[in-house]
Amino acid sequence: MTVQELRKQFPALSREVYCRPLIYLDNAATTQRPQSVIDVQSDSALLHNGNTHRAVHALAGEATRAYEGAREAVRAFIGAESADEIVFTSGTTASINLVASSFGDKFIGSGDEIIIAESEHHSDIIPWQLLCQRKGAKIVVLPVDESGHLEIDKLPSLLTKHTKLVCVAHVSNVLGLVNPIKEIVSLAHSHGVPVLVDGAQAVAHLAVDVKDLDCDFYVFSGHKMYAATGTGVLYAKKEILEQMPPFMGGGEMIETVSWEGSTYAPIPFKFEAGTPNINSVPTFVPAIDLVKSINGECAAELSKIRNFVYEALASDERIVPRGTTRNIDEKLPLFSFSVKGVHHEDLALVLDKMGIALRSGHMCAQPLMTRYGVTGMLRASFAPYNTLEEAKQFIEALDKAIELLI
Amino acid sequence: MTLEEAKQAVVDDFAMFDEWLDKYEYIISLGKNLEPFPEEKKTEDRLIPGCQSRVWLDCEAKDGRLWFTADSDAIITKGIISLLISVYSGRSAEETAGDDFAFVNEIGLSENLSPTRANGLSSMIATIKKTALDNVGR
Repeated sequence: MTVQELRKQFPALSREVYCRPLIYLDNAATTQRPQSVIDVQSDSALLHNGNTHRAVHALAGEATRAYEGAREAVRAFIGAESADEIVFTSGTTASINLVASSFGDKFIGSGDEIIIAESEHHSDIIPWQLLCQRKGAKIVVLPVDESGHLEIDKLPSLLTKHTKLVCVAHVSNVLGLVNPIKEIVSLAHSHGVPVLVDGAQAVAHLAVDVKDLDCDFYVFSGHKMYAATGTGVLYAKKEILEQMPPFMGGGEMIETVSWEGSTYAPIPFKFEAGTPNINSVPTFVPAIDLVKSINGECAAELSKIRNFVYEALASDERIVPRGTTRNIDEKLPLFSFSVKGVHHEDLALVLDKMGIALRSGHMCAQPLMTRYGVTGMLRASFAPYNTLEEAKQFIEALDKAIELLI
Repeated sequence: MTLEEAKQAVVDDFAMFDEWLDKYEYIISLGKNLEPFPEEKKTEDRLIPGCQSRVWLDCEAKDGRLWFTADSDAIITKGIISLLISVYSGRSAEETAGDDFAFVNEIGLSENLSPTRANGLSSMIATIKKTALDNVGR
């Protein structure tokens, strides 16, 4: 498939903003949706709308098959052993909160420690802070170095008999560097400590194999990999998931209910209280098909974009890039940077008027901003539907915007 | 120039530009040309709350009029606050307190700023208005 063929599947990419062609470079925040995803979502709502797992009628059956079909598609996509290990949530944040509430309440107590990478998104910080406040546990920070790499050599000394969990992103939403998850997991497991991996930025770009990574939890959102918003996944190893108590009660998460007490449905249903997102979860199927179809020419163009933008930013003396590396292959096409003497918000506003959508601000990673001594940065994040020509236009527009603002 | 005339002048200035980028270039030039704001006045109590970038507003009452000065660490925000104080500085507290500030909608500023910025704009307006109200009858 060519990039142009891929672009045609995304209606939003042919629109204009401020009478200019849209150049969408905020894919780390949310990717655009392809027609196939819109069609599945709309067909589900218009034609197959029944409540899942409950009634015996035809529509309920269709909805349930679509929903469970998505579970199997996600299982295969991330290489999980069993579809029972796939819990659908509303997104990465909800998945982490589920683990913090359920696993955290049961297995983390007073005096225990949770190791969290300094580069984590707030969604992988706040649920743990709330848990620590409830239980009297403590957060221990795994630092990143100036280039944005995790200081893995410090991890062994941070792992103590009090450590109950390690939380780290597969790829930071600010730095774009692929973290050495297998090494982290191996170190943590040697101390008997489970690892939660935030895969939100990784799933659209990397072939994820949870068995190979051997992580205990892997969480991600649908909307950052072309599926509908309000969809997310919590993968957890079966033996852990089975030990975790329910997080929310109600709906089909039960086996029997009486006033004396209730018994709960087996995993994964135990964690899916209430009516699930029945019209949107099935969009994982076309979204995964799309991710898997991106290879050859599209993948090659995205590598060219990554190398070009990386070089362009690194060679510009006005720019301070973050997440730098000598091995470009460990970098996703996600670039956060500051421009000396220019406020990130000003740049984002001017570039927006030039038709270029970027992210500016703290990017939900304030501890990392503090580490670099800034209040925010600018971020350009590319998807396989972006073209090298767009990347060149972005670099030209950035130059113009800087000249205008300095 | 009366308040109505000053507001109309801003609306007319913006009407000259067809492209949004040009409007922003104009705001940026306003920001760059704003009179220097003394460093010692960049205090917490002069910060306007609710803006993503930092914006300081100072007000002096003299001869029955309010004189505003301001600064920001972001140039576009600085341009916007410059535009507001160019309209409201040197007017009586009563006149500013009683104004509806509707001209910012006429130039489309509020809808074309990002939502976070638009919040900043409404905070700037609210702060100018509150300062004026606090000075009414003094």
